[in-house]
Amino acid sequence: MFKIFEPNKIFQFTSRAPKYVLFLFVVVLSVGLVEALVLSPEDYKQSDAVRIMYVHVPSAWISLGIFTSITFLSICGFIFKNKNFFLISKSLAPSGFVFNLIALVTGSIWGKPTWGTWWAWDARITSMLILLLFYAMYLIVWRIYDSEEKVYKISTIITIMGIINVPIIKYSVDWWNTLHQPASINILSKSSIHSSMLYPLLIMTAAFALFSLLIFLMKYNTELIKIKNKGLDRL
Amino acid sequence: MINELFFMNGYAVYVLSAFGFTLLSFLSLYLVTKIQFVKEQNRFVAKFGSLNAEKAHSAKSQRINKEILAEATNN
Repeated sequence: MFKIFEPNKIFQFTSRAPKYVLFLFVVVLSVGLVEALVLSPEDYKQSDAVRIMYVHVPSAWISLGIFTSITFLSICGFIFKNKNFFLISKSLAPSGFVFNLIALVTGSIWGKPTWGTWWAWDARITSMLILLLFYAMYLIVWRIYDSEEKVYKISTIITIMGIINVPIIKYSVDWWNTLHQPASINILSKSSIHSSMLYPLLIMTAAFALFSLLIFLMKYNTELIKIKNKGLDRL
Repeated sequence: MINELFFMNGYAVYVLSAFGFTLLSFLSLYLVTKIQFVKEQNRFVAKFGSLNAEKAHSAKSQRINKEILAEATNN
């Protein structure tokens, strides 16, 4: 069923793709930076501090998206007994971790001028910090265990436990009184953000998504070569 | 315009440090991933070079091995 995704077949594509993705990322990021830092307007309340949104929000979205994908792939790996799903999950995790860290740090920098504090044990910030810990646990498990079966099992358990936190992050601003404002962008209803801010935000999101794709491809290729190295040892 | 970019109504220190941290994180992650990739690729080439003719022929029959060697030579 998944033969089309076999590493031997897709390496031809994944080994060549990074240079094109890198080029596209640089182009989209350059446009995004000009839009975010120069062309987009300042906010009537937050003034220029609002520009932090263009790095903070896409990072948070992508870290949540990657964790959800990792969980889905790990569960699929278990159901279909396909190692490649675990390999893809493992290759996605480093960029998810870094995006989660960026969301927390830039959020903290944004908090100082808008809330007057670098950190608050607010529901959304705390739940994002918990997600970072799940990312860290997931990455550590791949480093400390040698047995593949054990790694697959433990890493899947971590992702299943961590995924419970994802809806908490999403709805924390509705369920509790937090310093964060409710969501400004809705897929199903009209967004409350003006298009002059929405477009730069979407361009930066596209740039960040391309970066995570680039890191994923490089990491995935590294993992495939690692497997082939083991194969040469057995010859 | 340059003044505006470096002042931002007094918020430049926050805005530019947030963007700076993001770009620095990108650069670090890219370099770490690239170094790991090159290291693994070099290990593969070295191992492949140490194989005898028969084993090398058998390893080369796999398309992915040929691709890895071709990529290593291109880099």
